[in-house]
Parts: sequence; C-alpha cells; structure tokens
Amino acid sequence: MGHVVIKSLTKSYVERRAAKRQANSDPPVGKGAVFEVLTPIDLEFWDGELVCILGPSGCGKTTLIRIIAGFESLTSGTLFIDGKEVDGPSPDNIFVFQHNGLLPWFTVWENVLLGIRNLNDKAQVKTRAQEYIDIVNLTGFENYYPHQLSGGMQRRAEIARALVVNPEVLFMDEPFAGLDFLTRLKMREEIINMHEFIRKTILFITHDIEEALVMADRIVVFSDRPANIRMNIKLDFPHPRDFHVDSELEKLRREVYQELGVHYAL
Amino acid sequence: MTNIPGLNTSKLKQDLLPVVAFLIVGATWEIAAKFSGWSPAVFPSPRQAGIGMWELIINGALLKHSVASLFRVTLGFYLAVLLAIPLGIILGWWKTGQLAFNSLIQFLRPISPLAWIPLAVLWFGIGDKPAIFLIFLSSFFPLLVSAITAVNHINPLYFQVAANFRFTKYETATMIIFPAILPGILPALRISLGIAWLVVVAAEMIAVKSGLGYLILDSRNALRMDYVMDAMIAIGVIGILLDKVISQLTRIKSVSWGSM
Repeated sequence: MGHVVIKSLTKSYVERRAAKRQANSDPPVGKGAVFEVLTPIDLEFWDGELVCILGPSGCGKTTLIRIIAGFESLTSGTLFIDGKEVDGPSPDNIFVFQHNGLLPWFTVWENVLLGIRNLNDKAQVKTRAQEYIDIVNLTGFENYYPHQLSGGMQRRAEIARALVVNPEVLFMDEPFAGLDFLTRLKMREEIINMHEFIRKTILFITHDIEEALVMADRIVVFSDRPANIRMNIKLDFPHPRDFHVDSELEKLRREVYQELGVHYAL
Repeated sequence: MTNIPGLNTSKLKQDLLPVVAFLIVGATWEIAAKFSGWSPAVFPSPRQAGIGMWELIINGALLKHSVASLFRVTLGFYLAVLLAIPLGIILGWWKTGQLAFNSLIQFLRPISPLAWIPLAVLWFGIGDKPAIFLIFLSSFFPLLVSAITAVNHINPLYFQVAANFRFTKYETATMIIFPAILPGILPALRISLGIAWLVVVAAEMIAVKSGLGYLILDSRNALRMDYVMDAMIAIGVIGILLDKVISQLTRIKSVSWGSM
C-alpha cells in the first residue's frame, strides 16, 4: 500500500522573534507575524506511484514532504496514509535525506540493518539485508564505511536501508544533490529500474525538470511561496523516455519550464 | 611518531631528527654542568644522572614509584571518563539540564585541582584516595565540557534517522550519540590524560609515600638532585607513552570517519 490523501492541508509558522531585515526580497517580519508556507493543498498519491515534485527553491516542497513523513506538524487540514492519520515519523515512511543520512560510524551492512534490527528471525534479517544490498548493486561493499564510498554509492546504500524495512512510502528530498552529472544520470536509471521492481510509492523532490520528466509517473509543480499546485500531470510515456524522439514529452518539458518562469533559455 | 603537516621527509630522517634534538640538549646539559661552577650535588651532569638512574632501576625504586603513579592516574582518569562522558551525554541531550548546570560547571572548571589539596587531604586522609580524587577532578571537567559540546554539535539529521527508525532513548544514546561524539572527545581524552599526569606529581608531593612525585620530594630531602632529575626523565618518558597509547584510539575504524 502507500496511498496518500491530503485534504486542504496548510502550514504556517508564527515568527518567534522579530527578524532583522532579510537578504532576500521578503518584507521584514515582526514577532508574532504569521508566515504562510503552504496554502490549502489537496493532493492524492496513489499506491506505487513515483511522483516528482518540482518548484522554485524555498517554495515549501520540502516542508510538504516532511509533513507527510511525520517530521513536522501541519497547521490545518487532514493527511492520511492508507486510511491512517499521520502522527509522527514511522518506519512505514522512510526518508532519504538531501545530504548523506547514513550513520558514518556504521558500515553499509550495519546501516542497512537499522530498520530491521528488532526482527526476531536473524537468518531472515541477513537474507533480507543482503537482498536489498544486491538490489542497489552494493554487493561486496557490505563492510565499507560510508566515507569509503563514492557519493552515488552512499545514496544507494541509503536507498537499500530505506527499502529493507518495506515502507509504504519512500521520501526522497533531492537525493542526487551533490552528485556529479554522470552519476546523477546513472542514479536516475537505477531509481527507474528499482521502482519498476518494487512498485512503492515514491515522493521525489527535485529541481531538475528533465530529471522529473524522465523518471516520474506523475509530476506536481508548485508555485513560489506560499506554495500552491500549478500543475499535476500524469505521465504515461513509456521508459526509456527521450525528449528528442517524443515530441509530446518535449512539449510538456517546455510547458513546465514556462510554468516555472523560464521562457527563452530552453 | 608525530605527523607534522607539510613535512615530507624519509622515514630514516623522521626517526633520526628527534634523537638529534635529544642529543643536542644532552650535550648542552653536560657542558652547562661542567662549566656552571656548581657542585654536582646541586647540578648533576647527564652522566651522574645516568648512574643514578641505573641505581634506581637496580633497586626497583623507579619501577615501584612509576607503577604507583600510573595506578593513581589510571584509576582517577577512568573514574573521570566513566562519570563525565555519560553525564555529558545526558546534559548535552537534555537542554533544560544543560541550561541549569552549565554555569555551575563553568564556575567549577577553572578552579585548579591543586586548590582542592587541603580539602582532599582533610576528606580522604593520607594515601591513594586524595591523589586519585585530585586526578579525577583534573580530568572530569575538561571531559564533561567537551562531551556536552560534542553532543550539541551532532548533525540533527542523525536524530531524524533515529526517529524514522523508531529508536528507543537507549538506542539513541548508544547508537547515535555515543558514536557521534567519539571523534570529538578523543582530543579531550588525550589532553585530560596529559593533565592527569601533570597533576599526579603534585598530588604525590603531599599525601603519599610512593609515586614519582614522592620520589622527587624524597630525593630533594636527601639532596640527591640526580634522583630528582631521573624522576623527571621517567615522568617525561611515561608521558610520551601514555599519549601514544591514547592516540591509538583514533585508529579505530568506527571512529576514523571523524577525521574525514
């Protein structure tokens, strides 16, 4: 399962103290000022969907998925995953962090075991950990420490750690940030293949429009803050996707760019 | 031995240069002793100190006193580690407690352990106990402060990982906080062991009849300045060895991530 239903969800912060005038264009906010991050949002993510969430920097997309994952509270509205109201972080909703979330003092193997450490059947724990390490192509690197791995391998190890607990929803907040271009492209392919195989709901935040269009079953495009939904499009294009071959896909790419305020530099 | 950044020399040179430095100081000492005009009882030459050292080794005094000092340092230091690190984890984690106790810790910390000598002797009498207490005090505060600081500097991401995988409080303490602060507190362990070794000599001059500090005091009373120098040499040598032992800790694999 992994069916996420969001109804008129909003999020706002109350400023704890008067802020100094900020570097960006925001007007200075006084103590007690209400800071609106998300306007009422209605969204539904279906079981097994790979959803890419696009939007300008700082628009609140990270806040949204942190709320869905239970790391932050919502201000109003409702949020259900598989009919259950979300009330805090849970192993059903595993977060793959923007920066490396592997515990550096544990090996790959020990990191992968974190989520299944309490299972009683130790033999099964071993088989399962190995299975997911194999899925992300880290066979042979079980006893390496994270700092001994490349950035791409670290991300793959974190994905194995997330998958091994068999979560309902997988959250990825710009998981490829900081990877070099070629590694990024390879990771896209690996996520697509992995998703074909496991069919989990994945909520994937990215800045990269091509990345979203190449990977996603659906894209959701947010406006600038306070975030509301500008586009919510199901992508039925078969994999592998190629902008040069598929004119529909290329057309959509231009639309998304324009929606995000880029008109010429395509 | 020590890795000095920016210094690239051959292994032989690395081993030889420190020896040369020791030899130069030894030669200077020999010359100074010869031409100082002081009697050998006041300023013994390296040769006389060597003979004295041999005597102390033969009659077992050096070994006995070194072991006594090491015993006190080890006990006091371990006590400090065992109390300061768990307490540092608790105070680093529990912000209200940190707020409450921080000023108190900062107030007690700059009071030299030596200032506690009168009270230590009064409370614990004569023997090992006051010395161990003083060593404990000297190591406790640097370790406590560095443990609290290290906990405060743990990447918040790791606590989110802990929440995501539903770690219990105990698991968070042992699987996140403790390993996360290890690279941060290793330098403090090293420094406080050094301080403990400094303090033991002073502590042994007051309340005990053994240890290298006592050997210095006793030799002075007997006007054996060669023995005084021998005890100083022993203190230096053991100090180097202690530092070597503790710096090996940074080589543990699950700690080495901190130096990346």
